[in-house]
Amino acid sequence: MTELDVASRPVIARGTRLQWEGAQGAHVLLYPEGMVKLNASAAAILTRCDGARTVAEVIGELERTYCAELGKDVLAFLTLALERNWLELRP
Amino acid sequence: MSAQVEEAPPKRPGPPLWLLLELTYRCPLHCAFCYNPTDFSGIGPELDTADWLRVLREARALGAVQLGLSGGEPLAREDLESIVAQAHDLGFYTNLITSGVGLTEGRLAALKEAGLDHIQLSFQDSTRRINDFLSSTRTFELKSRVAALIKKYRYPMVLNVVIHRLNIDHVEDILAMAERMGAEYVELANTQYYGWAWLNRAQLLPSREQLRRAEDATRRFRERVGSRMRIFFVVPDYFETRPKPCMNGLGQVFLAIAPDGLALPCHAARMLPGLAFPNVRDADIGSIWYDSPAFNRYRGEAWMRDPCRGCPERARDFGGCRCQAYLLTGDAANADPVCDRSPYHHLVSAIAGTAEQADHAVARGQPLLFRDYRAR
Ligand code: SF4
Ligand code: SF4
Repeated sequence: MTELDVASRPVIARGTRLQWEGAQGAHVLLYPEGMVKLNASAAAILTRCDGARTVAEVIGELERTYCAELGKDVLAFLTLALERNWLELRP
Repeated sequence: MSAQVEEAPPKRPGPPLWLLLELTYRCPLHCAFCYNPTDFSGIGPELDTADWLRVLREARALGAVQLGLSGGEPLAREDLESIVAQAHDLGFYTNLITSGVGLTEGRLAALKEAGLDHIQLSFQDSTRRINDFLSSTRTFELKSRVAALIKKYRYPMVLNVVIHRLNIDHVEDILAMAERMGAEYVELANTQYYGWAWLNRAQLLPSREQLRRAEDATRRFRERVGSRMRIFFVVPDYFETRPKPCMNGLGQVFLAIAPDGLALPCHAARMLPGLAFPNVRDADIGSIWYDSPAFNRYRGEAWMRDPCRGCPERARDFGGCRCQAYLLTGDAANADPVCDRSPYHHLVSAIAGTAEQADHAVARGQPLLFRDYRAR
């Protein structure tokens, strides 16, 4: 796996699916025999990880939407999501 | 003046997020640790395709989202592809739990096309001798082929190995094999003592020392492979002093439908006496889940008695497993006797104790019972 930096393009990992679940009122990540319910900020980040946007673009969009400096938080969450195999990096 | 005990009003349970369809009890294997009911050959006819599709629609409408397709061997159902296709269209995440027998390239391609998300392949051991002995058939080569197919169709490779006395010393080899096959997840699941495994418990329970060595081997392996391979090691709870939070509490998140349509809050629950489990042929999933007496019987805390009632840990383990309480103490409303607060805990210690004498059951000449279709 390549290292995470602002130019990498994260995408939901193969075998993992992100979807909105009305019954839970939340986005969830589904993976082999498991599921996590995402809070609103995790969902805002992960829904933008489409393998096309770079990390810098994801951060830029979120900062414009929420009018706050979010770079550090987003990077920390992406690192965690990579560790948990929720995300993969597109070269 | 008498003190009022305030009982919190019972919360309406959430939806059955986890749906398990046991599509059939038919299976070409004869595992000695099979969790299917030991009288499965006497259980009524299987649901037809239309019934299963309706179950999927009703459960999904309630909020079910993780779907397990198991059995028996689910590939024994010729309509598996249609069931997967419907589940996928409805938005389920579909998990196929299979021994691999019957998984040809043709069927795998069709399942992929239908939208199958994931395959869990069960493996009995890394050596052919033990694998074939335990499943009582020659399937080892077949499973290796199936593992290669799973990779070829770009599925995450998830291996489930049922661990017990006769293969626990091979844990290192099993993990090495999993690595060679490119497994991303490995579940080393110690046998759960229900069904056939309960009958064979004396032969299958490992000793504490075996368990310790296997845990050490697993830890060393984990350190070497890092996050490339995730390894879950499920210990047999007979060695514990607190029970597992079985199913997160009955009727909280998990719903199983047996081949004959019986709806169960745990796949082993058919054995619990005095409960009229509803059948999906007669009722819809919503009324089964929320309203049926059988699903409400062990939901929440009202059923608890001492020592669970009032125990500060009851929100963590929900009193453990009802089936285990029933099997060991004869009453499903007792605390799971794995708990050392249970007055029946000595029964669990006694079983764990016998496992300390090497090859006790084998030495007594007690035969291992392989799952078969004879009426019992
Ligand atoms: S445990 Fe073995 S015999 Fe039982 S259903 Fe699974 S593969 Fe078949
Ligand atoms: S007494 Fe009951 S609730 Fe308390 S720890 Fe034991 S099993 Fe759990």
